[in-house]
Amino acid sequence: MATHDSTRDINLHSHGGVDGSTDVRTVQVQKSLMTHNDGVAAENRMRFGSRLVLNIVSSPGSGKTALMERTVRELANDLQVGVVVGDLETDNDAVRIHDAGAPSVQIVTGAVCHLEAEMVARAVDNLDVEGLDVVVIENVGNLVCPAAWDLGEDLRVTMLSVTEGEDKPLKYPRIFKDAHAVIVNKIDIAEVVGFDRAKALDSIAKVAPAATVFEVSAKTGEGMGDWLDWLRARRVEKVERMAKVTVG
Amino acid sequence: MHEFSIVMSMLDLAEASAREEGASRIEAIHLEIGALAGVVPEALEFAFQGAREGTMASTARLEVDYLPAVARCNTCDASFELDNRWGVALCPTCGTPSAQLLQGKEMQLARLEVA
Repeated sequence: MATHDSTRDINLHSHGGVDGSTDVRTVQVQKSLMTHNDGVAAENRMRFGSRLVLNIVSSPGSGKTALMERTVRELANDLQVGVVVGDLETDNDAVRIHDAGAPSVQIVTGAVCHLEAEMVARAVDNLDVEGLDVVVIENVGNLVCPAAWDLGEDLRVTMLSVTEGEDKPLKYPRIFKDAHAVIVNKIDIAEVVGFDRAKALDSIAKVAPAATVFEVSAKTGEGMGDWLDWLRARRVEKVERMAKVTVG
Repeated sequence: MHEFSIVMSMLDLAEASAREEGASRIEAIHLEIGALAGVVPEALEFAFQGAREGTMASTARLEVDYLPAVARCNTCDASFELDNRWGVALCPTCGTPSAQLLQGKEMQLARLEVA
């Protein structure tokens, strides 16, 4: 984004056209608006190598950081996890994850409501990727804006908590449709807040029928086992896939 | 307001394409946006009005074709247009929810009119 000023300077002094010419012609482009981002995401992917990379998205307050704290602690014996955290302001979340025992890097986006591949590329400079098995990118809390930006992840994980309303997948279809896994968090308080589990699972199944669904409490640890086993299995798959690529 | 980021990418791409053609200004930008791309038309236009100043597209029109979301049913082996904005892709023939979206997430710079 910082490159726009120089581009504009060039344009202001451009002499590309013929003076007085008003011939308008059509140029077919047919390129994705995400072309630049997707290129950087592909570079990130190369850099991550055989590490399993997740992009976690949810509303603010769904418990992404709490989930990461527990995930990092419970995987500590078999997998080293590093976390890239995106927030509009503060490095509080990166500090929490660091305290849980994982290397973490904070991206402060300022006014930007989502992470872009370039932000992740810069953040990864400050992370010892070589020493990691899993990289988790905790996106800015937002269920709309992060959807379009590929960050170089293998898997997209979308999370909602039981306090948010069962129809959330229907309200934010894009971000749920892209999810490989959907996590329902805070199930320890589901009853208290009158969470309609069947309705929520039905919404998820309609919008994201291929996603694996986990019902967890990052606070009490309930349901975490399946999620951690899924991560371990995806990590093995990634390592095997990359080994084949290297050999082939 | 991720539309602002999208518009900045669009202007970069449009200017690069126009310059390749030896054009000096962009008269119109034609986009194709899928129904499930998560782009709000008003926000896109608002961001464009703010961002175009000082670019080759400073007086350009922004024209957007919104593409319907289309899914494929693996059970019936048929494709169908989604009849709702919520991304629910239930096959009209057999009722199975589909995870395979054929169209609807596009954010494409289709063509430019340049001079």
